[in-house]
Amino acid sequence: MKIAITSTGNSPESTLDSRFGRCSYFVIYDTESGTTEFIPNPNKEAMEGAGPASIQLVASKGVEKVISGEFGGKVKAIFDSLKIQLVIVNDRTMTIAHIIEMVSK
Amino acid sequence: MARPKKLRKLSNPPKIKGFRPIKPAGEVEPAPILLDYDEFEALRLSDYLQNNQADAAREMGISRPTFARIYKNARRKIARSFAEGAPILFQGGPVYFTSEWYSCKNCRCFFNNPDKDKPSVICPLCRSSDVHQCETDTL
Repeated sequence: MKIAITSTGNSPESTLDSRFGRCSYFVIYDTESGTTEFIPNPNKEAMEGAGPASIQLVASKGVEKVISGEFGGKVKAIFDSLKIQLVIVNDRTMTIAHIIEMVSK
Repeated sequence: MARPKKLRKLSNPPKIKGFRPIKPAGEVEPAPILLDYDEFEALRLSDYLQNNQADAAREMGISRPTFARIYKNARRKIARSFAEGAPILFQGGPVYFTSEWYSCKNCRCFFNNPDKDKPSVICPLCRSSDVHQCETDTL
């Protein structure tokens, strides 16, 4: 199963990005092979529609779960229709490595 | 101008895109009948899950008379498809998709359960089953 995590930087030591649509990087983690892929978010500076555009990006990677700090108003209905699970983590200081360790248990 | 239609609440879209009749070879297929998502959901709630109409209407966020009208349309379309041998396509309709939020007491994260067919809920982060459903839509 593939999981997308929003990240502030492109290393496993960087922290979780609290926004979904305009996060700096997406981390695509594959639970079966244990590989991670860092994708810079092209919608970071978007004026509007960053959420739906980011959904297209992560959905095209085939993820089943998205972990972020917060999701905007437009995205939940689209994620529900795609059957992708949303996870909101309140602890903003959590690193990507720590989250990956938690989900791969 | 007619009053705009209220959006109907759906948990999941149908698993398949539609139905095609078995026909003798060479016969022309009539134009497909479009069954809206809300009509599909009405049929699923009252005939498959056997809810009564008042409960089913509440689940879709509409009034009972409206539900009855959608349900009547759904049955009419299916009967027409059977009688005329027309394929059925599921699509469109005034709908929105939603799911319930849960919160985990162990790691204090929030998550939703987009697939209603899986009733057992565990926290996707810490695998704890100490979760409870949020009362209202918190976001």
